[in-house]
Amino acid sequence: MIDFSRNHFDLFGLPPSFRVDGAVLDLAYRQLQTDVHPDRFAGGSDAQKRVAQQASARVNEAYRALKNPVQRAQYLLQIHGVEALSETDTALPRAFLERQLERREQAADAQAAGDVRTLSSLLGDARAEGAALEGVLAQAFDSEHAYATARMHVRELTFLSKLAEDIDAMLAAIDA
Amino acid sequence: MALFQICEPGEAPAPHQRKRAVGIDLGTTNSLVATVRNGLAVVLPDSEGRPLVPSLVRYGELAVETGYAAMAHQTSDPQNTIVSIKRLMGRALTDLADARRFPYRFVDTPGMVKIDTRAGVKSPVEISADLLRALRERAVESLGGPIDGAVVTVPAYFDEAQRQATKDAAMLAGLPILRLLNEPTAAAIAYGLDNASEGVYAVYDLGGGTFDISILRLSRGVFEVLATNGDSALGGDDFDHRVFCWIIEAAKLPPLSPSDARLLLIKAREAKENLSEHDSASILATLSSGQAISLTLTKAIFTEITGNLVAKTLQPVKRALRDAQLQPADIKGVVMVGGATRMPQVRRAVAEYFGQPPLTNLNPDEVVALGAAVQANKLAGNRERDDDWLLLDVIPLSLGLETMGGITEKIIPRNSTIPIARAQEFTTYKDGQTAMAIHVVQGEREKVADCRSLARFELRGIPPMVAGAARIRVTFQVDADGLLDVAATELATGVEATITVKPSYGLSDGEIAKMLADSFAHATDDMQARALAEAQVEADQIVTATEAALAVDGELVDAHERAAIDAALANLRRLRDGIDHLALRAAVEALNHATGEFAGRRMDRSVARALTGKRVDALAD
Repeated sequence: MIDFSRNHFDLFGLPPSFRVDGAVLDLAYRQLQTDVHPDRFAGGSDAQKRVAQQASARVNEAYRALKNPVQRAQYLLQIHGVEALSETDTALPRAFLERQLERREQAADAQAAGDVRTLSSLLGDARAEGAALEGVLAQAFDSEHAYATARMHVRELTFLSKLAEDIDAMLAAIDA
Repeated sequence: MALFQICEPGEAPAPHQRKRAVGIDLGTTNSLVATVRNGLAVVLPDSEGRPLVPSLVRYGELAVETGYAAMAHQTSDPQNTIVSIKRLMGRALTDLADARRFPYRFVDTPGMVKIDTRAGVKSPVEISADLLRALRERAVESLGGPIDGAVVTVPAYFDEAQRQATKDAAMLAGLPILRLLNEPTAAAIAYGLDNASEGVYAVYDLGGGTFDISILRLSRGVFEVLATNGDSALGGDDFDHRVFCWIIEAAKLPPLSPSDARLLLIKAREAKENLSEHDSASILATLSSGQAISLTLTKAIFTEITGNLVAKTLQPVKRALRDAQLQPADIKGVVMVGGATRMPQVRRAVAEYFGQPPLTNLNPDEVVALGAAVQANKLAGNRERDDDWLLLDVIPLSLGLETMGGITEKIIPRNSTIPIARAQEFTTYKDGQTAMAIHVVQGEREKVADCRSLARFELRGIPPMVAGAARIRVTFQVDADGLLDVAATELATGVEATITVKPSYGLSDGEIAKMLADSFAHATDDMQARALAEAQVEADQIVTATEAALAVDGELVDAHERAAIDAALANLRRLRDGIDHLALRAAVEALNHATGEFAGRRMDRSVARALTGKRVDALAD
């Protein structure tokens, strides 16, 4: 069985940093799956199949967590013992919150009016702001090791990513 | 057998040990069985050279007939000649918007609808099993012996209920099932391996009764499904039905008898097929009343009356692209699968949407079975020159739980790569609550009532605590067939109350066992002899595999473990030539158990080797 106690980065032989080379991650993921996927053990015993299924599911989980910047950032905080999103402490900078709430209202209005153009533009804005935040996070995590700073930005990124997801769903609903 | 599959190249089984492996496309309209022969996937034809088996089952006065034999009776005996049974798999009567289209005597049973036939009340699982049995027999005859393993394909958009029903049918037909494989993925394997493709491809699969769209990335032998979508009740049948309705309207026909309705549906299908090659088709028929029908259907009218069906396929296409975060222009090629993609208006719509002509150089009827055969061959352990490829598929629909207020909490989102396991913790909402009802659902909608209910069970024996203190961990596990298992455990007090369910739509193991016993009672197979033969094969495999593994990685076991393995091996050899298949099975299981940890360590080593050895090479090129 693969060592389930190893962290996601270890599993793929990657350093625990926010900047991840997507191509290297993809390659390591495929290599690992090639070795542990249940398809390799289709003729095996039930025990063997169970092990393969667990190992393969573990590799899928790790890949998904590292592939997505929001989840990767949350995971990095977690391995440094910092809780990114606690239920009791959800503070975000006021200016940030106001900007996002305004976007949400605009999005809701645009959705009601079937205004694809405004929704697309809001989606673009949210994604651009997210991409900029990723740059800030890379600096905080990989250069400064400033996890308290990172924590606030991770929350912002989580918030933005949820917003982008919701606007995307609105666009999908109009498109359908 | 625990160690069988990780043998080094030199340990490969000798040629005479080749497994009889088949791929089966269980289609709405036609079914096929294929195998890999001399490194090439081929469809196995019947004695008259016909590759397809029409997916019809007739419960006749004397016997069960399938394929062309059943087809001959479809207008004379429509209530006992079942067509398009795939549309009823895993469906309750209330699920069928179009139940009146079928001439059958439906029986509304919980979970899945049944049909009252001359041979008694039959479930779609049993009827599908009769079809699969015919395919198995064809394969046994063609390959000269019992089938060692089969891959059966399902539409990618099939939900849990439909998948489980298909697997049950295969078990009932006595097929040792290696894997359920998604149809578009099967097609991608056949296409991708044939053409050594690299890049992102779409597979547009419009079959007789189902529509799938899958987006895959093909890269260095890895087939990675990025997103899938579809409509499991949309296919060529619906085009036939539009033509059928047009005939009724154009000829101003009164309500029809089941025989007349079936006759006109056949004429409608023929007209549709003709229109793929010609600009107009004649429809000539004589009804049982003696009324003669003579109509001409032009391509223009046909395109018009089926326009919204074609448009309906583009919605799932859009959704799949959106989920994959891709634009139509990102798609390198669109592989067309399924007989219904022969219709020019379908090809035109796809070409227009993707801005490129679709790939139609494959036989759309056969490609799924061929891909399934390639997968079966690989899973059975037969080695081929180009078998260094891997398939990573996804689940088509989100899986979740009902929470307070009838709202769905998604545990595993759609398009997650399988296998996957995901756990979430819940708590009690009342003081002293000792049980928790768990309702497992599938679908994308917020409200539970709009999703498909898969299973309900109760976790009992939670120690009484104040509300919110208990911690119930619910684990969802989806295997490589896309089938779900759910378990719940109470964690707070360390009291473990675990329950595992298979979703309720399938047959219980008891039901399957009974059906199997019934079918064996009618067959000439000697069940005992068969079970013994199978157990012996398995015993031989595990002995060989264990010996080989010990030879290569023997240093991974300590003396104590080695003694246990040797004892289990000796016991197995002793029982090998006996007549008690149960004892032999138990001995195989014992050896499996003894080698379990060793297998884990070998896997670990193989992973470590993969990471240290190959990655550098792979990066270099």
